[in-house]
Order: sequence, then C-alpha cells, then structure tokens
Amino acid sequence: MNRLLDNRNFLGLLFMLPAALLLLVFLTYPLGLGTWLGFTDAKIGRPGHWVGLDNFDDLLHDSVARLSLFNTLFYTVVASVLKFVLGLWLALLLNRSLPFKSFFRAVVLLPFIVPTALSAIAFWWIYDAQFSVISWALVKMGLIHRYIDFLGDPWNARFSTIAANIWRGVPFVAVCLLAGLQTIPPSLYEAAALDGATPWQRFRYVTLPLLTPIIAVVMTFSVLFTFTDFQLIYVLTRGGPLNATHLMATLSFQRAIPGGNLGEGAALATAMIPFLLAAILFSYFGLQRRKWQQGARD
Amino acid sequence: MSTEAMRREEATSVEAMGYLESIPRRVVTLYLPLAIFLFALLFPFYWMLMTSIKPDAELLSRDQNPFWVAAPTLEHFKHLVFETDYPRWMWNTVVVSVVSTFTSLFASVLAAYAIERLRFRGSRQVGLAIFLAYLVPPSILFIPLAAIVFKLGLFDTRWALILTYPTFLIPFCTWLLMGYFRSIPFELEECALIDGASRWQILVKIVLPLAVPGLISAGIFAFTLSWNEFIYALTFISSSEVKTVPIAVVTELVEGDVYHWGPLMAGALLGSLPVAVMYSFFVEYYVSGMTGAVKE
Repeated sequence: MNRLLDNRNFLGLLFMLPAALLLLVFLTYPLGLGTWLGFTDAKIGRPGHWVGLDNFDDLLHDSVARLSLFNTLFYTVVASVLKFVLGLWLALLLNRSLPFKSFFRAVVLLPFIVPTALSAIAFWWIYDAQFSVISWALVKMGLIHRYIDFLGDPWNARFSTIAANIWRGVPFVAVCLLAGLQTIPPSLYEAAALDGATPWQRFRYVTLPLLTPIIAVVMTFSVLFTFTDFQLIYVLTRGGPLNATHLMATLSFQRAIPGGNLGEGAALATAMIPFLLAAILFSYFGLQRRKWQQGARD
Repeated sequence: MSTEAMRREEATSVEAMGYLESIPRRVVTLYLPLAIFLFALLFPFYWMLMTSIKPDAELLSRDQNPFWVAAPTLEHFKHLVFETDYPRWMWNTVVVSVVSTFTSLFASVLAAYAIERLRFRGSRQVGLAIFLAYLVPPSILFIPLAAIVFKLGLFDTRWALILTYPTFLIPFCTWLLMGYFRSIPFELEECALIDGASRWQILVKIVLPLAVPGLISAGIFAFTLSWNEFIYALTFISSSEVKTVPIAVVTELVEGDVYHWGPLMAGALLGSLPVAVMYSFFVEYYVSGMTGAVKE
C-alpha cells in the first residue's frame, strides 16, 4: 500500500478523483448527451429517437431561429466592441496617477460582482415605458416630448439590452486590462518619450503591443460570455418584442424547458458550439503568434 | 474620433510625467471622463436604493423629482421579510453557495496539486482539459443536465444545484490554484520529502499554508459565481421553498402585469448585499483571482 502511495501516477490518479468524477458526470457526459439530444426528437418525459439532421434542418427554415442567430451575432459584436473600447479607456484612466486609486478600482468592479439577474431588474425599472427615469430626465431637459419605449420597440429593445450588457461587462474588461497595464515597465515610456515619441505613438507602439496577449484572452472570455448570455435577456425582455431580442441561449431555453421540446432546444445549443470554437481558436492562434514574437518560452 | 484618440494617448503618459500636466487639462482628460464612468456604473445601484425606500405613491408619480425620496419608508423591506419567502430564499442561496464552494475548493486543491506537483503521466493534457472545461458555458449544458438531474431524482432539490455548480467552479479554481502552487518553491517540498514526509503531509503542512491567498481568491470568486448563478437554478428548481434569491426575485415577486417595483428593488438590493459586503472585505483577493485566471 505504501509503495503504491509513493507512485506518482497512482497518487495523481487518487488526487484527481473527486474533480474528475464531478466533471465527468456533470460536464463531459452532458456535453455529449446534449449533442446527441440535438439529433433526437426527445420531449420532456419521453426519451427521444434518432432523427438525424431534422432538428437542424427545421431550425434552418425557422424564421425565429434565424432571427435569434442574427440577434446573437449583432448583440455579441456590438457589445464586445463597445466593451473593449470603453473598458480600455477606463483602464487607461485608472492607470494614471490618481488619489484613492484602489478605491476607484474597487467601486468600478461592483456591476460585475452583483448578480446579473438582480441588476437586470434595476435596468428593467430604468427602462420602464411609463416611469423611466431616463425619459423623465430627457423630457425635463426638453430633449424629447414622449417617453421612450425602451423595451417595446424591436430596435430600442436590442440597444437597451446591449447597453445593460455593456454596463456589466466594462468593469471586467477594464480591471483585467488595468492589471495588464500595470505590468508594463515605466522605463519603456520614458525611453520612448526621450526618443521623441508623441503620446499617441507611445500608446500605439508601446502600450498596445505589450497589452495584446491580455487583450486577446480578456476579449475571448468577453465574447464567450456575451455570445452565450441568457439571464439579462430573460429578465429584461424574455426575447420579446416580436422575438427581436431572442438570443440562441434564450430561444433554446424557451423551446426546451417551457416548450418541452428538448431535442430542438439541444440542437440550438449545439449550433452555438462552432461559433464558440471559432472564437477560441481565433484568439488562441492570435495569441500564440504574439508570444512567439516576444520570444516567450514554450 | 480624434478627440477620443487624443484622450487615449493622453492617458498613457506615465505617473512620472504627471507633473507636466496642467490642472485644466487633467480635469478634461482624466477627472471628467472618470466621473462620467463612475456615474454610469453606479447609478443603477443608487436607483435600486431610492426605489426600494420610496412609498408606492411616490413611485408612480411623474411630477415629483424621481431622484430623491420625500418620505422614505422601510415598508417594502418589511413586506419582503415578513410576507414572502425571502428569508428562506436567502438561506437556500447561502447553503448552495457555501457547500458548492467548499466542495469545489476541496476537489480543486487536490487536482491542482496533482497536476502541478505530482506530474503524473498525462498531467499536462489534464491541465489543458481543465482549462477547456472552463470555457464550456452553462447555456449549452443546461438541457442535458436537466435530463441527468431528473434521472438522478434530484430535480427540485438543493442537491441539483450543489452538484452542478462545481462544473464551472472546479475548472476555475483548479486553474487558479495551479498558478499559485507553481509559485511555491519546489525546494521546500524536496526538503520535506527527504525528511520523510508523505505527499499528503506536504500538501497539508507546507503547500496549503503558503497558498492561503490563492485559496481565499478562489473561494471568494467561487462564492460569488455560485451566488449569481441563474440558468441552472431556473431550470432545475420549480418550488418556491427551494429557490435561490436571483431566481425567486425574478419569478416569485413578479405577479401578473402589476409590477411591485418597491419590493422588487428591495429584493434585488438585499440579494446583492452579501456578495457586495464579502467583496468589499476581500477586494484585492477578488481582483487577483479574476486577473490571475485571465493572465495565465
């Protein structure tokens, strides 16, 4: 027994056991099961039969499903780009000499740590058609005359949900990028300044290249979270009005759980995987090249 | 665009050169944008607080200044605590978050130590698999998981959540702890090995005490993640008595078409408070956990 415990392979296996067990049963197996369900006509309470590509074929001809794909891509692209720009800007602001810097950083991160479902409720009230505080302020300022229907009009609803998503995501991007900025040695900026680099050149040729690896990782996470977002939409609009804000995740929930159509819901969820893989691979290869350029090990 | 670029280039100037800036310039390029950011990021919280202490009459009046409360009241909180299941939802959330966090920490410590230090055959591949597991979003797992939870007879119980939350907590915690273990000098372990300590003794008496900051980071982060979890709880739980706060506020406090904004906001505020308080005590750990996982 003791000899066995000295064997690192056996011991490693033993130590991996709790984590491996939980992950295999509740992550790997469901991942496979989900893909399989996508090819069946399973309903709640009834095991499915293999139907081949029927679900995917149906989804392809389903205008709501196609709309949800468009919505998801639109939501992800617009929200991610704005989160990146605003997050980088906020990170650069917080990286300057500032009194109470760590206090500001702590406060800035608040939107990211409170439960999204709960902050979404605050946004729901802020976007209320009759009592919206934004409309109230704009009316008082004389900028508009009628209250804005934030969540009742398709395009308004799309931008309103995107704004709420950005509100939650900017702190994450900013604080992560700030951590990256703090690792850049000040001597590089001093050297660049001595060589006559303008502030823009310092940003473009010192900050940006050194920050790229972290930007790639942070934005991959951000894109993954945004693409698979569920709770914000579920709380704010449930996919409405006229399915204008249905994301693939919310539609898949609606079809599978209240709708009872597990197979179709699983097919929708499975259809998200190629997009996620593409995002991961894109950032992975982008990242690798940068590492090599900087002469990093491994 | 050009003003935006100007601001950004300005922002890169290092602290050492800060004294070269004039005060008005600093106000325009630093304090003003920062103030706008802070206002936008914090306003929803202020709004939650204001709404939760406003009497109904004030909530539904358009004439009054909505930014202030004329007659603050705790009516909504009272309603929440005494006339709804709110205390119960809070308790459920605490139980689920604490148990799943500690389960995940236990499993992650062992896994991270094995991957990083025992270096068993295939440990590199396992480490990579753990990272990939971290990238699997709950939105593509909840349907098959619902089927599994149902088959195991766990549907509508707290166990459904306690057992499924580790699927996103373990990969994160393991990845984070691997980084911490890597920073502990190997020589310490070698000395202990030579002195005849077993691997278990090394882990408990040498590695863990040195990795306490990492354990706190991972624990805090895991706790907030499970407190905030939504889609699994929404799918696997249907009775009010077992719901967690985020689900219950969204599904139980919204009755028909009449929205009771006061209790809703009070519920949202109370439900955010525990994580916010915890976060305020451990900001540094939280930030290092978050950025540490990203930097690796």
